[in-house]
Amino acid sequence: MREMTYAEAIREALSEEMRRDESVFFIGEDIGVYGGAFGVSKGMLAEFGPKRVRDTPISETAIVGCGVGAAMAGLRPVVEIMFSDFVAVAMDQIVNQAAKARFQFGGQFSVPLVIRTPSGSGTGAAEQHSQSLEAWFVHTPGIKVAVPSTPADAKGLLISAIRDPNPVLFLEQKLLYRTKGEVPEGDYTVPFGQAAVRREGRDVAVITYGRMVARCLEAAQAAAAEGIEAEVLDLRTLAPMDREAIIRTVKKCGRVLIVHEACRTGGVGGEIAATIADSEAFFWLDAPVRRLCGEDTPIPYNRNLEDSIVPRVPGITEEILRLARREASWPRA
Amino acid sequence: MGVPRETLRELYLKMAQTRRFEETAARLFTEGKVHGTAHFCIGEEATGVGVCSALAPEDLIAQTHRGHNQAIGKGMDIRRMMAEFLGKETGYCRGRGGCMHIADASVGSLGANGIVGGGIPIAVGAAFAQNYRGQDAITVCFFGDGAANEGAFHEALNLASVWKLPILFVCVNNYYAMSTHLSLHMNIKDISVRAKSYGIPGFSLDGNDVVAVYTATLEAKKRILENGPELMVLNTYRIMGHSKSDPQTYRTRDEVEAWKKKDPLLLFRNRLVEAGEFLASDLDALDAQAARDVAEAVEYAESSPEPKVEEALQDVLA
Ligand SMILES: Cc1ncc(C[n+]2csc(CCOP(=O)(O)OP(=O)(O)O)c2C)c(N)n1
Ligand SMILES: [Mg+2]
Repeated sequence: MREMTYAEAIREALSEEMRRDESVFFIGEDIGVYGGAFGVSKGMLAEFGPKRVRDTPISETAIVGCGVGAAMAGLRPVVEIMFSDFVAVAMDQIVNQAAKARFQFGGQFSVPLVIRTPSGSGTGAAEQHSQSLEAWFVHTPGIKVAVPSTPADAKGLLISAIRDPNPVLFLEQKLLYRTKGEVPEGDYTVPFGQAAVRREGRDVAVITYGRMVARCLEAAQAAAAEGIEAEVLDLRTLAPMDREAIIRTVKKCGRVLIVHEACRTGGVGGEIAATIADSEAFFWLDAPVRRLCGEDTPIPYNRNLEDSIVPRVPGITEEILRLARREASWPRA
Repeated sequence: MGVPRETLRELYLKMAQTRRFEETAARLFTEGKVHGTAHFCIGEEATGVGVCSALAPEDLIAQTHRGHNQAIGKGMDIRRMMAEFLGKETGYCRGRGGCMHIADASVGSLGANGIVGGGIPIAVGAAFAQNYRGQDAITVCFFGDGAANEGAFHEALNLASVWKLPILFVCVNNYYAMSTHLSLHMNIKDISVRAKSYGIPGFSLDGNDVVAVYTATLEAKKRILENGPELMVLNTYRIMGHSKSDPQTYRTRDEVEAWKKKDPLLLFRNRLVEAGEFLASDLDALDAQAARDVAEAVEYAESSPEPKVEEALQDVLA
């Protein structure tokens, strides 16, 4: 199969959908001649012209709002917010408008809107350009949230998102843009709400998503060298969340490590843990559920500090091994 | 020129320091010594330096992401600026913010902002505080042409106007919001007309003329303390790319070259010499001083300690 980067896969998905469906258009800041802050839309203006690929003023409320209105009026907008941190500027349009329009109007409207936006730390861009804000939206009924971890998923999930009649927040992982992977040609979709087992194992279930998937796989590899087999579950979408897959992997392994980059408190990991505690999986637990998450702090500029506050491979490996060997030190009251 | 010789000297030195600081910062990038990004104001030095030099210590400023000129203009220490740029513990923000988030409460800088337009309402709040306490001081709020399209700009101007707050809104119009030319992001040529919608005075001037900028700010401050907010638009140009990773496919070489001829530092130098205020050799000496100051700053920053990883969780809350 062909290899391409995560960014190229996103461009291919968007371009194929635009070729297939006239009602799909794409707007955002510096997406035209500049090709987007991360180069995702390079060449798209030349192919589709300024009617369908449009630069906007720096007006996030108007950008997302334009998407919401155009979607309610029958188009399929894809809007780019240059960094996911800036969704905060457009919060009303996302949370109070896009996510509510169908329900509050008794099902008269669909909002087939995709908000594409790069998420995550690791670039030295500091507090206001590095956050992982998925939990805010998982906590907002009426909007779906995807966090693709591979180029193939990025393409398949984006095609699903564009065809979905609901608003979707598509959280691209900025540190994955240049990573390569096999990507099928042509039209295929990755359905929402279907997690993927990235590595089979029996000792510890590692539940994760986004750019932490690669780190967890690396850690699982390291643990395997010590004779511990971790299973790595990639959630792919957080809303909807594949609760069956979570229960299945927990029942299989009996010990659970949840890993995400976003800060711990109020994070998606809490929801995953609650899903386990709330289900039959609870009876299969051999140990308390562990979370390894970003620290509860803004993302600092200094590289060492920035690195130190998100889960890293050695730390993940250590947690897997401790869980397997019942050495974990649980918080005590 | 209607400005004391000592002030002219200060304006020149600060502009030279800003230029040298950024040229050096750009070099440190190429040498791989910096992680992250930076936004340079080369070509725009006269804006931040001219405005801030006209302010008193108790006047406050809200800076932009492109604000080394604003910082140096307000009197920030370039050693600590450089240390912040290199992410060191001795930097203004202890290496937590980087140059996109530089701040110095001691000279009245409320900080730079990574969110375009994010500082505009904050500046209104600072002006509110000055007004509330009955202070004889103003807040200056810097932002770009692109930022004038954020809702925050419009809400902030209206609120400041309704409450007659002591604030000078300074739009640094460099004709681009990243890759998007002014003509593509707004349907007016003169941004100062926006003031009219909010019932406040608005005016534009050549942002590459540091004396004009300085004088206009002094006069505006007097009026603002009497009558409330004003919008001042400084027309200028960004000579460098938007950030360190900008291929600049959206503008022509010719356009950049034409603006290089209007280099604010060069214009000021020629004017000072022609007016007989300074000898070229006096200005050479100031250039040399700026170079020394920046070299010292690099030395200071490079020999400063990294922040301690064990302290990464400090200062999230008081
Ligand atoms: C809310 C928000 N939207 C977008 C950006 C990305 N961004 C950073 S600077 C910039 C251009 C700003 O243009 P302008 O206000 O004219 O300032 P300039 O960079 O020209 O100095 C953009 C789009 C951002 N940082 N924050
Ligand atoms: Mg600009």
